[in-house]
Amino acid sequence: MKAASYQRAAAGTQPDYFYPPYVSTSKRHPKQPLILLPHTLSELTGPVFGHSDIGENDNDLTRQHSGEAVGERIIVSGRVLDEEGRAIPGALVEVWQTNAAGRYRHRVDQHDAPLDPNFTGCGRVLTDTEGRYRFVTIKPGAYPWQNHPNAWRPAHIHFSLFGAGLLSRLVTQMYFPGDPLLRFDPVLNSVPDENARNRLISLFDWNTTMPGHALGYHFDIVLRGRLATPVEVHA
Amino acid sequence: MTTPPTSSQTVGPFFHLGMVYLEKDNFVAEGVAGERITIRGKVLDGDGQPVPDAVLEIWQADSTGRYPSEFSPRNSASPRFLGFGRIETDDHGEFRFTTIKPGRAPAPDGSLQAPHIVVTLFSRGLLKPLRTRLYFPDEPGNVDDAVLRQVPPARRSTLMATRAGKRGAQDVPENVFDWNIVMQGDGETVFFDY
Repeated sequence: MKAASYQRAAAGTQPDYFYPPYVSTSKRHPKQPLILLPHTLSELTGPVFGHSDIGENDNDLTRQHSGEAVGERIIVSGRVLDEEGRAIPGALVEVWQTNAAGRYRHRVDQHDAPLDPNFTGCGRVLTDTEGRYRFVTIKPGAYPWQNHPNAWRPAHIHFSLFGAGLLSRLVTQMYFPGDPLLRFDPVLNSVPDENARNRLISLFDWNTTMPGHALGYHFDIVLRGRLATPVEVHA
Repeated sequence: MTTPPTSSQTVGPFFHLGMVYLEKDNFVAEGVAGERITIRGKVLDGDGQPVPDAVLEIWQADSTGRYPSEFSPRNSASPRFLGFGRIETDDHGEFRFTTIKPGRAPAPDGSLQAPHIVVTLFSRGLLKPLRTRLYFPDEPGNVDDAVLRQVPPARRSTLMATRAGKRGAQDVPENVFDWNIVMQGDGETVFFDY
């Protein structure tokens, strides 16, 4: 792979560290000025993952247990691209989410919604030579949180991605179109630019729907960086 | 025509669900050359309270200063040294990992950087990750380091690990280092704008 070059974020496309409506940012945002970091080899390089890091069923969250998971089966797919629209092959994509009832299989989530013994809610995949990824999963549910009275997170899937170098690293969340909770959500609304916010909302996609089996949602992800030349996938 | 990168969102409090499988707190695989060291510390918030739901990702060169990827002009690093790991904080906000002391990687101007570990911090309450670096005490390279030079001298100590052996119990080995991450407030760690 070739090293990427990195530019500063366009105004409004990334959240600030301090966003008062998201209460947890209050004690966790830095107050001292950030120091501008020169991009050295330490920032331009990054871990490279391979197929030995991925298990056979890691991209199908509905079939990781003896029975099938409850809920609306969905195909979530898209492409991972750089800022010039070029495919990033071999990128590691990790996802995690609630079950259909909005409950995380995690000890910190003890709210009153049932667990599904046939659903854990995590998966991973490497993008192919055209930067594509595809997961089969269950549509997650909204869940209540303590940010403000009667606060609910809209249904979302957490995405974590590794691109060409450390500065391409992205952790984000994918939302669903038409969700009435979107305009009230402090996490989503921390992104100032409306177009940038909209790009976090997946698109209903007839092309990836499987008749009689699953609906499809499309979500492209753009990682920071511009690759100097196209890259090759290493098996 | 370029598209802006996708916006960052918080990792949230349930990241263990998706991230545990890549967690590693011991980077010293068999056959990896270098001095074994242990880094231990605490993540603290603006109230000085421990942060029990944070995750660190570390990235470092091997003992010869090479990064384990094809970017490095000095070519391949030691075998089976991934150079990358995730370490979560425990219920007390503490973390600990064992690795090999990194060598000196090149700087953009052709000089060598001081030995350092790149640390990225994710947690609930962070809408995008915090990036910092860990440096080692008594390294001659610290004086001229390309990145440390950008940091106001009064704040450089927040990036400097301290030898655990010099304070406290006599049975703490020399190769154990202490380093905390203070997200906000007194002694706030230096974070980088990248």
